[in-house]
Amino acid sequence: MANNLKFAFIAALLTAVIVMPVFGLQLVRQGARTLLEPNFQYVLIAMGVVFVGQLCRPWLALPFKALRRGLPVLPSAPTGGNKLIIFLFVAAAVIWPFFGTRSAVDIATLVAIYVMLALGLNIVVGFAGLLDLGFVGFYAVGAYTYALMYQYMDAGFWVALPVAGMMAALFGFLLGFPVLRLRGDYLAIVTLGFGEIIRLLLINLNQYTGGPDGISGIPKPTVFGMEMTRRASEEGAQTFHQFMGWTFQNQHMVIYLYLVALAFALVTLFVSTRLIRMPVGRAWEALREDEIACRSLGLNPTRIKLSAFTLGAMFAGFGGAFFAARQGLVNPESFTFIESALILAIVVLGGMGSQVGVILAAIIVTVVPELAREFAEYRMLVFGLVMVLMMVWRPQGLLPMQRPHVELEK
Amino acid sequence: MSSNPHPSTGNALLEVSGLSMRFGGLLAVDNIAFTVNRDEVFAIIGPNGAGKTTVFNCVGGFYKPTSGRIHMDDQDISGLPSHKMAGYGLVRTFQNVRLFKQLTVLENLMVAQHTQVSTGLLPGLFKTPGYLRAEKEARERAAQWLDFMGLREFSNREAGNLAYGHQRRLEIARCMITKPRLLMLDEPAAGLNPQEKIDLQGMIDRLRREFGVAVLLIEHDMSLIMGISDRILVMEHGRAITTGTPAEVRSDERVIKAYLGED
Repeated sequence: MANNLKFAFIAALLTAVIVMPVFGLQLVRQGARTLLEPNFQYVLIAMGVVFVGQLCRPWLALPFKALRRGLPVLPSAPTGGNKLIIFLFVAAAVIWPFFGTRSAVDIATLVAIYVMLALGLNIVVGFAGLLDLGFVGFYAVGAYTYALMYQYMDAGFWVALPVAGMMAALFGFLLGFPVLRLRGDYLAIVTLGFGEIIRLLLINLNQYTGGPDGISGIPKPTVFGMEMTRRASEEGAQTFHQFMGWTFQNQHMVIYLYLVALAFALVTLFVSTRLIRMPVGRAWEALREDEIACRSLGLNPTRIKLSAFTLGAMFAGFGGAFFAARQGLVNPESFTFIESALILAIVVLGGMGSQVGVILAAIIVTVVPELAREFAEYRMLVFGLVMVLMMVWRPQGLLPMQRPHVELEK
Repeated sequence: MSSNPHPSTGNALLEVSGLSMRFGGLLAVDNIAFTVNRDEVFAIIGPNGAGKTTVFNCVGGFYKPTSGRIHMDDQDISGLPSHKMAGYGLVRTFQNVRLFKQLTVLENLMVAQHTQVSTGLLPGLFKTPGYLRAEKEARERAAQWLDFMGLREFSNREAGNLAYGHQRRLEIARCMITKPRLLMLDEPAAGLNPQEKIDLQGMIDRLRREFGVAVLLIEHDMSLIMGISDRILVMEHGRAITTGTPAEVRSDERVIKAYLGED
């Protein structure tokens, strides 16, 4: 008991130290002057709460223990997948926006972009086990490829798309070379630096990229060459709604963007699902497990790592081009480290290597903050809390990857 | 699985000459030379720290030897990176088993066939008939090896969850599926129980007879070594003491001295 009292007292003191600068001293503006106003009752309340909390901790912990045992055990991610269920899911995803509100469809588009990015990163982190903290760099490369191609060559989205993917893949390949010998923490640091280098380049290459202002007025994707705008940008060209004989509605564009993003996400899902069951995917996983054993069996680690980096980056590049088209504006602010962290968090939260888990996590991480907009200030706090809880409760992620079950024929 | 897919031309398969490996001030391997013939079981023995595993790592390409030549079938392979060695028919196991632990037993065997299956992206993405056939054949080869090792019932188990003896056998199967000409085993009997050691001896014998593979092994278990080896190289302090048949080695005074100490 005496020990408990002592701990509670120390905890209360520490609380005071932490809380003081945030709540204890408040800046108050009075006309032109700024005053520092001490506000100690908050500090005292916090100290009191922590003191009592620490004292009662043994009893407080009881319900948590019960909760931990009581929490449902989530199943592992399905491997084969029922074709009918998949079809129904896809059909639902295609049909619902026609009945949804504009903001809901907008959020869903965002979800699709994140699904695509996270599935791309999943190749690098989940499959090949290479911790990449600069993934957003490839996203930026894709976005700026389209933006620059539009600005200097007047290229449309569908023309720029493959180029954006290839450029990002090229950057992934180039980054792959210097980091071939690195693993784990060291790799993470170098990739982190790479992401920042790309962003700083975009800011400082003023004359080409527009610096911090970025590039604006990027056109949206066309439908078979027809624009989805009220009036065609060129004289005499036909727009989509004229072609269809509809009256112009902004909602059409929103739904179209969503469908394009959905298609991208589905293609990414399809490709990465196939990849992981192919020789190259098996090699990625083998490399994650044991590089030396890989070498002894004649697998070339260089090629395996480079292929993972390149393919992962390519998907980020496609995502980037779409992002540029959707926003109509790119600037370096969209490609900060926090974005990389978010994508990585999605992969970890979903379960590294698990596609279904990653999709689920992408939906949660994107939709929940939108639904709880009034708590936007606490977003990062809640986010951190969720990550900590996840690591305690289910370190392998929401729906961890399950090994495929293969029946061998006799 | 035909027997002996590599008909012999000359008799020497692996030739190591003048091999030395220096780590800073330590000469771990000092001017070692030996030859492994086709269909031969060749053992390297010696007290702990004699440099046996270093020889292995040099031959397998994990270390670049300070000096010396390594020839495989008259082709110079000295100093080649480790992942090229399998291409010359030279694969190894490790002292502490190195499986792909989170992959299933079957997947371990599929990965090992990486250099034999088509690794192009497009055929796999579109599941062309050729790709499907290649995958099916790879699965069949894996199944054959699982049968050979008696591991079929575990094919969908994660390799890391297998019993230790089974892990050892899987590691050897994973080597054999690459169709090697020289199988290098680093202490294959370590951690096995007496019955498993007897089984291992039988298995190595079968591998040699049925698949025509030469075996180079490091081992401490004397009964296994003496029962299975055609010739033995004895090392101490990085140097070769002698090379000879089990009977010769057993009666060699220098070997007895190295193992039992001077009287």
